[in-house]
Amino acid sequence: MPIQCDIITQERIVFSGAVDSVNLPGAEGRMGILPNHSPLLTTLDFGEVYIRRDGGEEFFAIGGGFVEVQPDHVTILADSAEQADEIDLERAERARLQAEEIMRTGVKDDPERIAAVRASLLRAQARVEVGRRRRRAQPMGGGHPADRDKN
Amino acid sequence: MATERELNKRIKSVKNISQVTSALAAVSASKASRAQRQAEATRHYARKAFEIIQNLAAQPGASAATHPLMMARPEVRTIGLILMTSDRGLAGSYNMNMIALADRFLTAAGKPARVITVGRKGRDAMVRRGRNVVATFDRIPDPPSFLDITAIARVAIDGMMNEDVDQVFIGYSEFVNLVTRQPVIRQLLPLRPANADEIPGAEYVSGVDVVKASQQSYTYEPNAEVLLDDIVPRFTRLQVYQSLLEAFASEHSARMVAMNNATDNAAELVDILTLERNKARQASITSEILDIVGGAEALKNM
Repeated sequence: MPIQCDIITQERIVFSGAVDSVNLPGAEGRMGILPNHSPLLTTLDFGEVYIRRDGGEEFFAIGGGFVEVQPDHVTILADSAEQADEIDLERAERARLQAEEIMRTGVKDDPERIAAVRASLLRAQARVEVGRRRRRAQPMGGGHPADRDKN
Repeated sequence: MATERELNKRIKSVKNISQVTSALAAVSASKASRAQRQAEATRHYARKAFEIIQNLAAQPGASAATHPLMMARPEVRTIGLILMTSDRGLAGSYNMNMIALADRFLTAAGKPARVITVGRKGRDAMVRRGRNVVATFDRIPDPPSFLDITAIARVAIDGMMNEDVDQVFIGYSEFVNLVTRQPVIRQLLPLRPANADEIPGAEYVSGVDVVKASQQSYTYEPNAEVLLDDIVPRFTRLQVYQSLLEAFASEHSARMVAMNNATDNAAELVDILTLERNKARQASITSEILDIVGGAEALKNM
């Protein structure tokens, strides 16, 4: 039995469809969600969401937000979200380096600015990660995506 | 009767005006379609977020959501109203309709009200009517970003937290389509949708779609308190943002329609004036001929 999954940002619907499972970065660590999961409300970390359907996997880079889980649906309300093949890897990589540079040198005593730069760093990291995964993951299949991370 | 020269002058100035109005109409049309896209894109997110709030509000027993911004107050002493209008006019009845509705609502509510205005037109109107305006915002960037409304939502949230107000409403024009918009007043805070008898001036407040709420208890991660502290203000901001997007889309489409009408009227006026000018010219030619003929006749008889 599939579960309805929606990934929505304020700008658009990034994904909507029936899937077999959803794996996402929850506030307390990664979690996998199968149909008939008990109701859950949690904030989301920066990172990667992947869904399985029709024997394949699809990857998304998520920049925070939160998720509501009900037995028959998962609603991800993300602050930012892109599907893997929308990501411009070079650009994400540049943004990451830039943010790292600013973290090292620039901001010191402005907590709001630090938070903003930190957020953009994490977002860029998530994008780079997911963008790379897409390149390596061709063709689909093989081990658990989380395991591939460790190589 | 006006002379040909005077009429020519008037025709020229009407044509100039119609050039300005048609340019404004074209600018507004492109702004309206962009604002419409933006407002509609955010609707999905806002609707889902609202469903979650409904689910949260319906939580039974121990997992019930208790947050000062969610719970209805036992007694409503003071209300707050965020009123969204435009900075500039030339938008037909757009501002007037919104202000009139807000005014009727505040009068019907019959409670001390603190008014927060967004847009100069609403501010001026509320001040003129002697309402208690506690905060004003204008020159909101267009297109607005989420950051631009943070301060507006902040005033509403702080007002609730400090118990300056017990209920906050938001008035804006809802975008229906490019020729239709609907001024509405909705409850913003507390987030839990109230029953009609708990709302002062309820006949002017638009209902919210009732979503089927789930009765199953949530598991919260990390925990309910942290989560609600994050989600509840976020949803409030989201609702303010959505309202502003609707208001912008309404404003631009209202201006587009008003300016199109003005351009049409100008064209009609040019037609009428042209006819009149031709008549005036004809009359002057006729009278000149009569002069000549009359003169010739007079010479003949000498």
